[in-house]
Amino acid sequence: MRRRPNYLAGAGSLVWLFVVGLPLYVMLAATLRTRQDYAENGPVSLPDSFTLDNYAGAFDSGFGQYFVNTLVVTGCVIGIVLLLVPPLAYAIVRSRGRTTSAIFRLFLLGLAIPAQAVIVPMFYLISEAGLYDNLLGVILPTAAFCLPMSALILSGSMRDISPELYEAMAMDGASPLRMFFQLVMPLSRGGLSTIVVFSALQAWNGFLFPLVLTQSDSTKVVTLGLYNFQTEHGIDIPGLLGAVVLSMVPILLVYLFARRALVRGLMGVGGK
Amino acid sequence: MTTQITSARPAAGPRKGARRRPPASNATKVGRPSFAWALPAALFFALFAIAPLVMVAVLSFMTWDGISSPQFVGMDNWSRLMDDPVMLNSIWLTLLLTVLGVVIQTPLSIVLGVWAAGNQRNRAVLSVIYFIPLLLSATAVSVLWRALLDPNFGIPAEATWLFGDGNLFGEQATAIGVLAFVSTWQFTPFHTLIYQGAARAVPEVLYQAAEIDGAGRYRQFFHITLPQLRNSMITSMILMIVGGLTTFETVLILTQGGPGTDTTISAYYMYDKAFQGFDFGTGSAIALALVVAATIISLVVVRVSGYDKMRSTMEGVS
Repeated sequence: MRRRPNYLAGAGSLVWLFVVGLPLYVMLAATLRTRQDYAENGPVSLPDSFTLDNYAGAFDSGFGQYFVNTLVVTGCVIGIVLLLVPPLAYAIVRSRGRTTSAIFRLFLLGLAIPAQAVIVPMFYLISEAGLYDNLLGVILPTAAFCLPMSALILSGSMRDISPELYEAMAMDGASPLRMFFQLVMPLSRGGLSTIVVFSALQAWNGFLFPLVLTQSDSTKVVTLGLYNFQTEHGIDIPGLLGAVVLSMVPILLVYLFARRALVRGLMGVGGK
Repeated sequence: MTTQITSARPAAGPRKGARRRPPASNATKVGRPSFAWALPAALFFALFAIAPLVMVAVLSFMTWDGISSPQFVGMDNWSRLMDDPVMLNSIWLTLLLTVLGVVIQTPLSIVLGVWAAGNQRNRAVLSVIYFIPLLLSATAVSVLWRALLDPNFGIPAEATWLFGDGNLFGEQATAIGVLAFVSTWQFTPFHTLIYQGAARAVPEVLYQAAEIDGAGRYRQFFHITLPQLRNSMITSMILMIVGGLTTFETVLILTQGGPGTDTTISAYYMYDKAFQGFDFGTGSAIALALVVAATIISLVVVRVSGYDKMRSTMEGVS
């Protein structure tokens, strides 16, 4: 038998529902209204008109290009993470060497490094490498900052593979390479999907690296597009909110398809 | 930072266990990957995260305008920062916002998390709505609230009974209030999720025992649930503190550090110095100070709370 419902907390949660839900409703409603309707009747009123112009307007101011750029960044970041993290996590879980545990500690240390801490030297490095204002210059540091958390999540899920399975394969004389591809990878699908969702979220929502490392319209990502839209059309609130809604559509789609992986990944952060 | 502590333990586990096992049979030696498997990731990470971290320390003793080559100037950047009223104020503001974040969000997310861990029927629907702010980028959240709180076209213009006719972004107290509110709006759901996971893991036996002893629901909350959430509380607080110290987009978009320098927190001041004032040396010094502060605070919290000793929350269960 579980505890009886807690009415006080229930009431609190309803208040919080209002705090979270109302702004989201106002945002959605505003994007479907004309600018005039919004300005005259205020944000909380019911719409008396219906239009999709705000979304069209966002596309007219370059969001199509920004979407493509963000997709490229996100895709490449996921690619790099998938290439580098599974072998890393495999070594962390299975290798008994001193070097590997030193490498693991390096990544644990890395969890505490905020992007702001390295943005100045990153600007220097990327400029020196000739990657300034190039999407590759955004992709590389973004991917690097996805590594510590991804390594942690994936090694956690690889640890759940039973040692007997490895031993059985070792009896057959399997090499680490064969174990990796025939045992570890197929059995860590859950962890793999979590790190994909996690990296996608990081890359899609990234702001500081693109802000500092790119400049021209052709390399702008969605978050920067939003920031610019606000500085240029700050007064056109329905248009601005249309851009905000557009910026979150892909992430909402990912969420619908990968809800479990995402929640598991985020809850895992808490530890216990 | 915290996750590292939680997972460092299982990481060390298998190695110790292995030593206790009987002399390695062939089975335990064969098929172990060498460190070479970890090397590509380690090199990539070293190049793009560790090397810049070393460079930021070096650059903090140099002057660099982004164009000509950096010049060594010793402690100049540091001593100028010590006398800079904007810098000192930014440290105070950063601490204030961080403390506000912890004080507001911790009780809120504990209550919501414990509630969401229960078995109410409407819980699933509510949890989905709570979850949405987590998916939004800090940029989207800031732009959204900047629009909603616009003095002329936003909610304040509607609800003058609550907001008066003042511009929320025009005064220090209200501007800080907005920043604290927006980060609460954005991050409470995340911490709620942490507590929800932890509250679900509290052994049912403890509640049954308390029930038999006749403890009421609120006593159960304070004497069982809360102590059991201890480790999650530390994790969540450290994440809040590090998050608070490195808040950036919210300030850039909502207040631009203003009015004046009234909301210029350290991370924003770093950006302002380096990328708008082209004083990359001073920017590096601020960045380094931030990392050091975040690390020290996390270590102190871990030490003071005894978290590093991983005092078990399972006491009295078995």
